[in-house]
Amino acid sequence: MNKVYNRIESITGNVITVRAKGIRNNELATVSTRFGKSLAEVNKIDGDLVSLQVFAGGKGVSTGDEVRFLGHEMQVSFSEDLLGRAFNGSGEPFDKGTALTENMKPIGGPSVNPTKRILANRMMRTNIPMIDMFNTLVVSQKLPIFSISGEPYNELLARIAMQAEADVIVLGGMGLKYDDYLYFKETLSKGGALSRTVMFIHTAADPTVECMKIPDMALAVAEQFALQDKDVLVLLTDMTNFADAMKEIAITQEQVPSNRGYPGDLYSQLAARYEKAVDFDNAGSVTILAVTTMPGDDVTHPVPDNTGYITEGQYYLKGGRIEPFGSLSRLKQNVNGKTRKDHRALMDAMIRLYSSYKDTVEKKNMGFVMNRWDEKLLKYGKLFEDKLMSLSVNLSLENALDLGWQILADCFEKDETGMKSELIEEFWPVK
Amino acid sequence: MTGNNQNTGRVVGVNGNMVSVQFEGNVSMNEICYVKVGNTSLKSEVIRIRGTVAQIQVYEMTNGIQCGDEVVFTGDMLTAELGPGLLGQIYDGLQNPLPLLAQQAGWFLERGIYTDALDAQKKWEFTPTAKPGDVVKAGEFVGTVPEGTFVHKIFVPFYLRGNYTVKSVAQKGGYTIHETIAVIADDRGNEIPLTMSFKWPVKRAVTCYRERLAPVETMETKVRLIDSFFPVAKGGTYCIPGPFGAGKTVLQHTTSKYADVDIVIIAACGERAGEVVETLTEFPELVDPKTGRSLMERTIIICNTSSMPVASREASVYTSVTLAEYYRQMGLHVLLLADSTSRWAQALREMSGRLEEIPGEEAFPAYLESYISAFYERAGYVRLPDGSKGSVTIGGTVSPAGGNFDEPVTQATLKVVGAFHGLSRERSDARKYPAIDPLISWSKYRGVIAPEKTAFLHNILLHGNDIGSMMKVVGEEGTSLPDYIVYLKEEMLDAVYLQQNSFDLTDANCSAGRQRYVIDKLIQVLGSEYALNDKDEARSFFNRMRQKFIDWNYTEFMSEAFRAGEAEIDRQYEDGDGTCGDEAKALCKGGE
Repeated sequence: MNKVYNRIESITGNVITVRAKGIRNNELATVSTRFGKSLAEVNKIDGDLVSLQVFAGGKGVSTGDEVRFLGHEMQVSFSEDLLGRAFNGSGEPFDKGTALTENMKPIGGPSVNPTKRILANRMMRTNIPMIDMFNTLVVSQKLPIFSISGEPYNELLARIAMQAEADVIVLGGMGLKYDDYLYFKETLSKGGALSRTVMFIHTAADPTVECMKIPDMALAVAEQFALQDKDVLVLLTDMTNFADAMKEIAITQEQVPSNRGYPGDLYSQLAARYEKAVDFDNAGSVTILAVTTMPGDDVTHPVPDNTGYITEGQYYLKGGRIEPFGSLSRLKQNVNGKTRKDHRALMDAMIRLYSSYKDTVEKKNMGFVMNRWDEKLLKYGKLFEDKLMSLSVNLSLENALDLGWQILADCFEKDETGMKSELIEEFWPVK
Repeated sequence: MTGNNQNTGRVVGVNGNMVSVQFEGNVSMNEICYVKVGNTSLKSEVIRIRGTVAQIQVYEMTNGIQCGDEVVFTGDMLTAELGPGLLGQIYDGLQNPLPLLAQQAGWFLERGIYTDALDAQKKWEFTPTAKPGDVVKAGEFVGTVPEGTFVHKIFVPFYLRGNYTVKSVAQKGGYTIHETIAVIADDRGNEIPLTMSFKWPVKRAVTCYRERLAPVETMETKVRLIDSFFPVAKGGTYCIPGPFGAGKTVLQHTTSKYADVDIVIIAACGERAGEVVETLTEFPELVDPKTGRSLMERTIIICNTSSMPVASREASVYTSVTLAEYYRQMGLHVLLLADSTSRWAQALREMSGRLEEIPGEEAFPAYLESYISAFYERAGYVRLPDGSKGSVTIGGTVSPAGGNFDEPVTQATLKVVGAFHGLSRERSDARKYPAIDPLISWSKYRGVIAPEKTAFLHNILLHGNDIGSMMKVVGEEGTSLPDYIVYLKEEMLDAVYLQQNSFDLTDANCSAGRQRYVIDKLIQVLGSEYALNDKDEARSFFNRMRQKFIDWNYTEFMSEAFRAGEAEIDRQYEDGDGTCGDEAKALCKGGE
């Protein structure tokens, strides 16, 4: 019953047009070129002129190539067999495994009814103190990791994937270097987390259209797992590449750009993905962490700017550490009052002292004389950075809190911390 | 609203959520039509007509639509159903109750499912007020039903023109919204049966009032910085622009709890679903201090979050303002909070792009400004046909790209609103709440404090701020003691009056009476000279004074603790050997 056409009317960039009848919006087709078959998706219909974006790109497509419409929309196979596997943006195996075609589910489905969501109030442990202790990640939260290129954001994601308290990890890679894919695969399999991970990978060498499909594929799979009562953590890297892919397609299709070349619906497109983060009433949850590289360290660039309006805070990766001042988890107060009673107070006190340390460093750099208090702060800052801020630290929240007290006790007297005496009496380490 | 019922057309093109339709007969602009895809019909609106092709925006996802699909035109514009039972509801942008959708479709908002906005089964206790023979007009009422604590008036529908004679009115008793409760006849004797509900096109303003009045009555928000310095009037408009994370939503959330109005309508337009969930979880538990009932009973939520289709995002602001006008017609004061108008503007931009219109600044359509002004102009304070007064106040947040207020939406909004509460990244980073920047914000309305007094304090703010920025360059050493004291006074004013603790029930809810009382004390303290010898002494004096004021803020107004707190401040004042300046003296005496 498939409709087949042999005449391509126009080819611009990754978009081809075909004269065809009875074609549905967003329907899939295959294009057979001399380099093999590629998927294509209908994204505009004007009378009998149908535009399709070709997943493998327009390079080498001939006007005489065969276009075969499949009669269904983009789908992804869903089953436990996905775990431990890697796929590309078309849903084909990226590893050497077999193709999965059973139990196909549509991608990019409708949004969750707000009345079926529940208030985010469960902590997701990552065993990274800068997250658990200072900007707690909450189940169903959506948080970007703002970063400049060159920062170890993929290392951070891999670490979170291994340590996070999630049932299933879905990793979506957009514009990855192949090395990065190998790094993820190796690290996760060494750390024993590969068996609960599904990867959707688009490398920088792969066609742009596939890049745009990665978040939808990853989130559709995550949603399915969540409906089976699983707590799913979705890791996306890098959303700026996703936005750039969208920009490329929009410009090719002669859409009016709005801000620095990005299409006018950038906000809606990003929101449609991020809003898939959910804690279902009576089922599992989806939590999203997404790397967003900021071109030129500029947070007002359209991609991080629109992202900031959508997400519930951000982690700010700078100098190989999660920066405590720029980072914010907006939902942390929903959970950090219930962990341990010293959590909030210790968090505030340590950040306050760390901020004083930063001032002292500035003073020191300007050549001022260091007094005794300054010396204490300098010692504290160094310990804090080495023992808690380093991304290689793997500590449970409770151990991190204990370590925090230890650091304070190593550097200060009790009354120099500015905390409630009651807490100090209970938690101050005995030397 | 010409009736071309069952007029149909065929799809000839699809581009995103815009569909082109070939039609016969007549089609009107902004008419509602349904695109049939398989077993579902997708609600859409005509947004452009060229020859025999109409372009329509579909309020749902458009996947699966193909050329040749049937389109049925309804002859009606997008309407809202108005009647008893709106309060406490949670609607999507097209007035479908979300809990009902959840019952029918489960977790997801499946497309093509539409439900009744009002409960058709529920019986309302109707009391007639009109009697046969009375002459009535649109916007006058024939009876009332109780809705929560409100007297809900049953109107002669707003769309009827001219005078009508009441033929019969139903007796006191329980009726559903679709039962006839009165029959009226026009001058030719054509009888029209009335029910308790009717429909009104959302994009048209309701104008069934006698006259529009100037907005002069202050709407208390219980936020000191707003009520004292940048007040909002009932029937007025204001906007809150700010970069992400500056606390726009939190500020609106507190306003929705404490504002001195009868009804609050929250339009969550293109923002996070999580925030709506917070309101949904919190509001039914909270008690409205005015009525002692659940806060939800005075609230309507229109929720079209960022991942829901954009076209209905555009509809949602109009639906909300229509509901606001409806309750205003009952002589009530209604506050509409729209969060965020930028997302609505972006929805306009998306459609404009698909229509291939010539783009204006940042690709926003050229009509952006007139749409924004027309929306805010639907606010107003009016005298109703029965002589009572009602108002709609509109407060909209704006989310400017990059936090830069020079962008088109902020600028277009600033032209039409009566008050501007600009949030700054600097203040929010310093964890100052509310993060309204007193140096850039303004208001054209009259507040709860005499203008001379706020001018006096504003002066301290400006002066202190100048000194503060100079101190960053020359350091504390290079600043003279009198200047340094002004700087300390500015810091104190900011900390004890401009900032407020939104988590503390007493501090977050600061009444106008209390604001007037506290401001007099502040003027006395800040308008005085003290015997302070050096900067250390000055700093520690004002630190102590600040702490006393903050403690005072947490005590209940006029309670014993409040008196004790005030005495503490007076004692501190005497410790510093304060002598009140002439200006401050005159202000405190004359302004009572």
